[in-house]
Amino acid sequence: MTTLRAWLTDPSPSSRRQARLGQSYLAWLRIRRNRLAMAGLVIVGLLLLVAACAPLIAPHDPLVQDLSRRLLPPGTPGNLLGTDDFGRDILSRILYGSRITLYIIALVAVTAPVLGLLIGTVSGYFGGWVDAVLMRITDIFLAFPRLILALALVAVLGPGIGNAVLAIALTAWPPYARIARAETLTVRNSDYIAAVRLQGAGAGRIIWGHIVPMCLPSVIIRVTLDMAGVILIAAGLGFLGLGVQPPMPEWGLMISSGRKFLFEQWWVATMPGLAIFLVSLGFNLLGDGLRDVLDPRSAGK
Amino acid sequence: MSLLEVQNLRVTFDTETGPVQAVRGVSFSLGRERLGIVGESGSGKTMTGRSVLRLIRPPGRIEADRMVFDGQDLMAASERDMRALRGKRIGMVMQDPKYSLNPVMNVGEQLTEGLRRRDRIGGAEARAKAIAALEAVQIRDPERVMAAYPHELSGGMGQRVMIAMMLIPEPDLLIADEPTSALDVTVQAEVLSILDALVRDRGMGLIFISHDLRLVGRFCDRVLVMYKGRVVEELEAKHLTEAQHPYTRGLLNCLPRIGGPRGPLPGLDRSGDWAQEGVA
Amino acid sequence: MSLIEIDDLSVTFNAKGREVRAVEGVSLSVAARESYGLVGESGSGKSTILRALCGLAPVTGGSIRIGGEVLRMPRGPGFSRRVQMVFQDPYASLHPRHTIDRTLSEPLAIHGIGGSDAKVVKALTDVGLPTSFRFRYPHQLSGGQRQRVAIARALMLEPEILLLDEPTSALDASVQAEVLNLLDRLRAERGLTFLMVSHDLAVIDHMCDRVLVMQHGRAVEELARDDLAAARMTTAYARSLFEASADRMLDPAKAPA
Repeated sequence: MTTLRAWLTDPSPSSRRQARLGQSYLAWLRIRRNRLAMAGLVIVGLLLLVAACAPLIAPHDPLVQDLSRRLLPPGTPGNLLGTDDFGRDILSRILYGSRITLYIIALVAVTAPVLGLLIGTVSGYFGGWVDAVLMRITDIFLAFPRLILALALVAVLGPGIGNAVLAIALTAWPPYARIARAETLTVRNSDYIAAVRLQGAGAGRIIWGHIVPMCLPSVIIRVTLDMAGVILIAAGLGFLGLGVQPPMPEWGLMISSGRKFLFEQWWVATMPGLAIFLVSLGFNLLGDGLRDVLDPRSAGK
Repeated sequence: MSLLEVQNLRVTFDTETGPVQAVRGVSFSLGRERLGIVGESGSGKTMTGRSVLRLIRPPGRIEADRMVFDGQDLMAASERDMRALRGKRIGMVMQDPKYSLNPVMNVGEQLTEGLRRRDRIGGAEARAKAIAALEAVQIRDPERVMAAYPHELSGGMGQRVMIAMMLIPEPDLLIADEPTSALDVTVQAEVLSILDALVRDRGMGLIFISHDLRLVGRFCDRVLVMYKGRVVEELEAKHLTEAQHPYTRGLLNCLPRIGGPRGPLPGLDRSGDWAQEGVA
Repeated sequence: MSLIEIDDLSVTFNAKGREVRAVEGVSLSVAARESYGLVGESGSGKSTILRALCGLAPVTGGSIRIGGEVLRMPRGPGFSRRVQMVFQDPYASLHPRHTIDRTLSEPLAIHGIGGSDAKVVKALTDVGLPTSFRFRYPHQLSGGQRQRVAIARALMLEPEILLLDEPTSALDASVQAEVLNLLDRLRAERGLTFLMVSHDLAVIDHMCDRVLVMQHGRAVEELARDDLAAARMTTAYARSLFEASADRMLDPAKAPA
């Protein structure tokens, strides 16, 4: 282990890979010092673990109904978090539901920021009418409240998990475009950009190789902080019956169907609600911690 | 009695890779004279100046065996005591007026702020004092400058305003951290002559921090040469050409001179013991 | 024939409706293998001339010729292989997220030149840096080391002309001496032509054969090195600049400024 550490902290790396891994290791050390960020990381890690191992750790099948065991309270032997109105074990549904949540988050995280980054950097670099047109399009998307826009898209495309993800992604990219454009405007006039232009680099090489790496920290931080919002929108769509369809154990859908019993059998809606709360909190803490690490000002000269 | 006495000053920063010592045991004393502290970047000269005013925030720590200003123990003083000292008895002029003057307040407001708040002087009297201070730094139309914002002033003008601001409360000690480094060469001479006259007339003590050894040699009475957090040599300015330490001699000789020889400039030989990190 | 010919150049910036005349009617010519200096205070337009040469500033009048050919906008790939620039701030002229290896091999990649591995190693040794620095990031290097990398980068495409924008003003005195010596050596070895900008008359005097003094965007006076050293300037501004700079020479008798 110490040889690996020595290799990573070598002040004179002998390959590009070693250099990059070394910097990542130092960033990891910085995150480790921040307790709240570590808590966030643990929560997110748990989400990944649970999603991966759901079939192994869930005590019951999430879809099998047992109407003789409806609405049992938490603590009933065999049902740690109780059962819902169809007799399905809530704990198992939450564990399997984490997969759906992760699926939605992952798809949105891969599509929306990439789209926003491209639009923002191109807009910021070229300026002029390209900037004006792209930013007006961004403004149009930003003008609508996200949930309403997602609703409208799903209403057009039809309900279902794939369309829900698409709708969320299409409403999530504008802030990334804004962030990327702001960073690009700052970076555009730097000497290192002037130097590579003087070497004869074209716009594509400059944007992809030089400007995008400078925008990444802000975008990554924004992604983690956005995840909480994405989960809530997916839950909202599920709640309204427009996202994931029953009987899938999506957390928002579970809250919706538990609404009818909120006062007597509070656990049916509250348990999935707690799960959403916990995961959102985890992403928020992680995002805050990442900001401390990736903020260029604290990244040392 | 000396105005300022510093013994074994140490400034340490606690970073994630371990503690970093910016100042390692600096000692000096200052009367009503001009002391120059010269060093390159990383020598700890700015940190030394800031330590006197206890302006270093965590993760930086100031430690000293003794730091006494005019009989008052600076290490034991509370933050409240320090606030009473700062500005009123010890002033500080910094390098770039673009960054040290508040960009959203006009010059008049900045000059009179301290007077009105701290000394509780009325508006009209504070304004009169401010105008007198601007005239003392040879600003010809003080009324216009009072109404101007910092970004509307040239570098030299801004620095003169900074000096005026620091001299209004009539401090006993002035710490000037690279006050002319951001200015054009012709303006530097003007600002220095103003500073020279003011310090002489008011009998103030002056700590002049700079990277320019020759400038400090001309301007100050005594010179402290710092390298990597330590004082490597302390000497009278008039004996600067007879400096003994290899670092000081290297610094003197490595600068190009107009009309000087065209061959390679003598570099600094960093192989001596004094250049190593751990040596006292 | 001169390698660089600038004829009645004017550069005007338009910032929010206000016109700023950065350069007005400046003419100069630089012979091949010569080292020419531009000296002036802030706002004199000296750096703007370099940027105009690179096509990075809006030229509103006059012409620039390199080797007899007028420069077109945008500058073609041939331009990059003739003219390169070393920027002032070593902390800002290297991409913070690229290793030194990437920074040095990029110009070769842009022009499709092979053998970058060997060339990068040679470039590092040419500027006096150990090859173990190859995969470091800029923040792991000191100011002087970064400036050496910037010089190495400028020389990767083997240009004839090197533009130097205050290459040592952000460096410590001792490091400045090393970098100036390096530049001198490289110029002698490769037969380069220098167009150097500085506010420091002593640096210009040390490095350049001829000097143009500028003020407020205009050319004030052109001096040969000997004339500068002997204070044979004819204009008042050039003389005041000389006196303010020469004053820095150590004077044992402390005279009030």
